[in-house]
Amino acid sequence: MLADDLRGMFYIALKDLKAYYFKPPNISWGILFPFAFILAFAIRNPGDLRSLIPGLLALTLLFGTSSMEAIVIVFERRIGSLERLLLAPLRLPALLAGKLLGGMTFGLTVTLAVLVISFAVFGSAGTNWLMLLLAILLSASAFSGLGAFISVAVREVFEAQTLANFIRFPMMFLGGVFVPLSAMPVWLRVVARFLPLTYSVEALRVALSGGAWTTAAFDLGALAAFSLFFFILAVSTLARRIE
Amino acid sequence: MSEIIRVEKLTKIFTTDKGRVPLHAVDGIDFTVAEGEVFGFLGPNGAGKTTTIRMLTGLSRPTSGRASLLGLDLASDLPRIKKRIGVVPETSNLYDELTAFDNLMFAMQLYGVPRVERAERAEALLERFRLKDKRNTPFAKLSRGMKRALTIAAALAHRPPLVFLDEPTTGLDVMSARGLRQTIAGLRDEGVTVFLTTHYLEEAERLCDRVAILVKGRIVASDTVENLRSGAQRKTTLEITLAGENGQIEKRRIECENGIDSALQNLLGDTGGLKVLAVNTLRPTLEDVFVQLTGLSAEVMLAEKGSKGGGNAG
Repeated sequence: MLADDLRGMFYIALKDLKAYYFKPPNISWGILFPFAFILAFAIRNPGDLRSLIPGLLALTLLFGTSSMEAIVIVFERRIGSLERLLLAPLRLPALLAGKLLGGMTFGLTVTLAVLVISFAVFGSAGTNWLMLLLAILLSASAFSGLGAFISVAVREVFEAQTLANFIRFPMMFLGGVFVPLSAMPVWLRVVARFLPLTYSVEALRVALSGGAWTTAAFDLGALAAFSLFFFILAVSTLARRIE
Repeated sequence: MSEIIRVEKLTKIFTTDKGRVPLHAVDGIDFTVAEGEVFGFLGPNGAGKTTTIRMLTGLSRPTSGRASLLGLDLASDLPRIKKRIGVVPETSNLYDELTAFDNLMFAMQLYGVPRVERAERAEALLERFRLKDKRNTPFAKLSRGMKRALTIAAALAHRPPLVFLDEPTTGLDVMSARGLRQTIAGLRDEGVTVFLTTHYLEEAERLCDRVAILVKGRIVASDTVENLRSGAQRKTTLEITLAGENGQIEKRRIECENGIDSALQNLLGDTGGLKVLAVNTLRPTLEDVFVQLTGLSAEVMLAEKGSKGGGNAG
């Protein structure tokens, strides 16, 4: 059974990448969109551009993993092809894990491209590589889980896009990407603590500045908790939807 | 022959009107399907055919009742059952973005067909379903008949001993529908058990070894087509075509209570000088049985599906 689940996960992810993700518009959108935002901010507030890299990576991960993820499942449910996966010999969590794996792989690929460009321009001195890898992986799984939850929670593709933007855009401005949390009013700081992007930006900032593991431990733990929370929420929501 | 499907008191109740009104979509049905037979599940729209398939394939949980498929209990052995069944839903639902070949490969990957066999099997299926020249065409660009054929091919890719076909010819042109009927007949020849839902009674009559007629979630009859016919109408109707010298054609029918011979004698005494051109015996069709059992006309069923296209039994 476990072998069936793992095989199913792998091939679902592979199929999604081939059918939906690795298309030129998705790749260019995944890379250009975060750059455009950061560039706009940098022009308005020129200063230490290197300090914007954690936010740039976090935004790339957020939009790279969740943009397609948020519509893939609802789209397949709409046209009936999700039924093919539900009929296959694998359990529901494995099916959804396959979907997450596809979203994560795409998000990680575009993030890698952005990371290479950033390091080529600003250098990578002082980076805690292992922590950076962990922060990127946990961010990707949390954002991919968010995308999957959005996708199973709605009935139409346009609803998924609306809901995804309703969640992501406020998160982008409250998550410490452009404005440090310390500069925000207290009540906004409280709101920011409920957003996975906040922890992603913080963990990436610590990793890129070579900070201590103890500093990033809470952020990494929060990202792991968000990953698990969104995954369980998505599985239970999908289970209710297909009954 | 052993039983491939056994269903006992299978029930599905949906709740409507904010949970206040229970709807018995499937209401305590019992039936069995033997190994290697084509079993037809007939009924008008909303009778519960698709709901039954959804329960038997694990897409929907029964409210109550039991079912076993391939000797495995549906409630406790669903993953093992899923590995050994093929399902063709009413809508062709492969992936638009993938080619015909890639869709078949993905179906085999999901079901754990050994890697070394996949490509060869995919090529063989494309050949069998006359899709060889569409190998690299995306599913979205295939005709409706080709999509249907490829969806059936994908359901057979892991060589399941039991196949569920939900309205397989709905919406197809006559030639495509005929080709698919030949495919279904071919499955029986290969020993595959087929569970077929259809609203084309002529199709069921031609393909099915046994049929069950479902009305409002309940099975009102289940038997071989032959037994249903003889049970529905004991009398044989004699139809005689008479031809006049001026090209006039006339048909007369007699219900033969006491056999054909005496009826023919009676009729011949009343021909008015016309010669007997042909004598046909008309037996009740499955459509007659259906109309008698359900009180619905077959046209009603076809009209309900009318918007989905043709596919009349040709």
